[in-house]
Amino acid sequence: MSLAQITQVKALALAVPGDDIDTDRIIPARFLRCVTFDGLGEHAFRDERTGPDGKERPHPMNSAQAARIAAAKQGVMVVGFNFGCGSSREHAPQSLWRFGFTAFVGGSFAEIFFGNSTTLGVPCLTLSKVDLAECDAFVRANPDVEVTVDVVQLTVSAGAKTWKADIAASARDGLVKGKWDPIADLLEGADAVAKTAGGLAYVAGK
Amino acid sequence: MAKTLFQKVWEAHTVRKLPNGQTQLFIGTHLIHEVTSPQAFGMLRDLGLKVKYPQRTFATVDHIVPTNELKEPYSDPIAQEMIEALRKNTKDYGIRFFDTTTGTQGIVHMVGPEQGITQPGTTIACGDSHTATHGAFGAIAFGIGTTQVRDVLATQTLALSPLKVRRIEVNGKLAPGVYAKDVILHIIRVLGVNGGIGFAYEYAGTTFDGFSLEERMTVCNMSIEGGARCGYVNPDQKTFDYIKGKPFAPKAADWDAAVARWASFASDAGCRYDDVKVFKAEDIRPTVTWGITPGQAIFIDEKMPALETLNAADRQTAEDAYAHMKLAPNTPIKGTKVDVCFLGSCTNGRISDLREVAKYLKGRKVSPSVKAIVVPGSQLTAIQAVHEGLDKIYIEAGFEWRGAGCSMCLAMNPDKLVGDQLCASSSNRNFKGRQGSQTGRTVLMSPLMVAAAAITGQVTDAREVFKV
Repeated sequence: MSLAQITQVKALALAVPGDDIDTDRIIPARFLRCVTFDGLGEHAFRDERTGPDGKERPHPMNSAQAARIAAAKQGVMVVGFNFGCGSSREHAPQSLWRFGFTAFVGGSFAEIFFGNSTTLGVPCLTLSKVDLAECDAFVRANPDVEVTVDVVQLTVSAGAKTWKADIAASARDGLVKGKWDPIADLLEGADAVAKTAGGLAYVAGK
Repeated sequence: MAKTLFQKVWEAHTVRKLPNGQTQLFIGTHLIHEVTSPQAFGMLRDLGLKVKYPQRTFATVDHIVPTNELKEPYSDPIAQEMIEALRKNTKDYGIRFFDTTTGTQGIVHMVGPEQGITQPGTTIACGDSHTATHGAFGAIAFGIGTTQVRDVLATQTLALSPLKVRRIEVNGKLAPGVYAKDVILHIIRVLGVNGGIGFAYEYAGTTFDGFSLEERMTVCNMSIEGGARCGYVNPDQKTFDYIKGKPFAPKAADWDAAVARWASFASDAGCRYDDVKVFKAEDIRPTVTWGITPGQAIFIDEKMPALETLNAADRQTAEDAYAHMKLAPNTPIKGTKVDVCFLGSCTNGRISDLREVAKYLKGRKVSPSVKAIVVPGSQLTAIQAVHEGLDKIYIEAGFEWRGAGCSMCLAMNPDKLVGDQLCASSSNRNFKGRQGSQTGRTVLMSPLMVAAAAITGQVTDAREVFKV
């Protein structure tokens, strides 16, 4: 399986502020009533974007900027802290990715969301609190300026600004080497797997 | 060298180091359900892969099951399609399925322990964030995404990095009317909803020593609400007694060896923890959430926080929470009107929960303004409860007695809030929209507090209502 080497994402950005944005908000559970991930993109943040009366609410995902990202099928979402907390549903990053987001920049990410995203080849980079606030402000003030998420240099930059960023070393390694989906590596270890399994009594039902 | 349970289990299941520095970890037990597995089977088919160890994956159906409809086809065609997909996938690949027709179906985190599949010293993964529930048995258990479900099906392994271990010690005896649910809500309140990122939580201390396995499950269940992907309690005699005689427990000839092995996984005296936090049981009172994250919680007799007492980030989330909850800062939550009461879920849908509430519910009536439902977490729990006559107590009091499933914890089935109804809920998440209505409001609490809310029609102190 050959995968793209993801070293850099350069795209327009959208700020979606707030801490502890949970996966129920990103993709409400009713959209998990499906057997494929197809069509999830249009429902990203559905209940934040649409009121109970069916009318659009003011939300960054309803902006012209979001529409440009959706059309381009690439974009950077700038989020707060503990983004993607809650359920393990891969439907959450799947919906944002299908909407058009190809990188996330935030203060911190919930672990399962982080793993689900990077396994899709979508980098999640963290900035310090101060830098994140600056990045967020820049993105809002300069919607036409592309943001560069550099997975090799570990920076996020836009215009004349550059912020120092971070990501778990293993996730970075997988992205830049085109091995963000671990299945090939896992399949290669079959003999070692059998050996480990053989040493575990419960695997044999004992 | 002295080691933690986490380290010992990790080492026993380490296959090899991967090129990116992660560990290829063997997953001894894989649990699947209808929501997060169909796409994984689709990926397997696309890649032309087989299920490597079909006997180590166990399936049940829980999220979409209607709890008020026992016969198929369900009136909801999507639910029917999802259950059929799981039937086909488990049949095609030779996976054991605890189907609705078997009398053993239930919430996946109840089925594992009930069947004796959940055992100490094992690794357990499931495409569900509440998988840490199984950590109550001294297993390293955690939620995974759907692509990882594919990885486990195809290789029985995952690419993972080890977690740090934080020991959370609670010592002493809980006051009457204070439960395991209050303990975990309190821990999350103090350590924060993201305090556990990067950690496995080891719950310990005399309070946990005294807890039953079901109480330990309630606490471990909500580790993820504190940001910790994994939480566990060291195995002890209570653990072994619970497993003994269960269908998948080791047979008599293997039993003593299994117990010795299980006991050897417990954290060693003098092992090093990355962090330690200590709580006193006597400081914990019945706890309820007031906001839209499980960390936004207070003791029932406290006032909700005034905005000016919060730091900038918490204040923003709190403002959002007050607007959604239609509650006012610096006022008591006690007395808030309740529309719906939900007793159930993988947090608090076990037989001990149903028994404890029934003890106090006898002879009491649900307020006419409240819709109250009780949903046993599994068919085995429901059967046991009926055997003990608990269903009659609930029905007599005015609760609807339902079939097993996730029900109103997450509203992927017909059990949903309507409009801005406020639900007193024994479940685990109070996120906006979680219970099926965009404007619906959730107040998390212990099962007995749910019963007190049902009777009085308001958020209230169960200790006063039931003279506990």
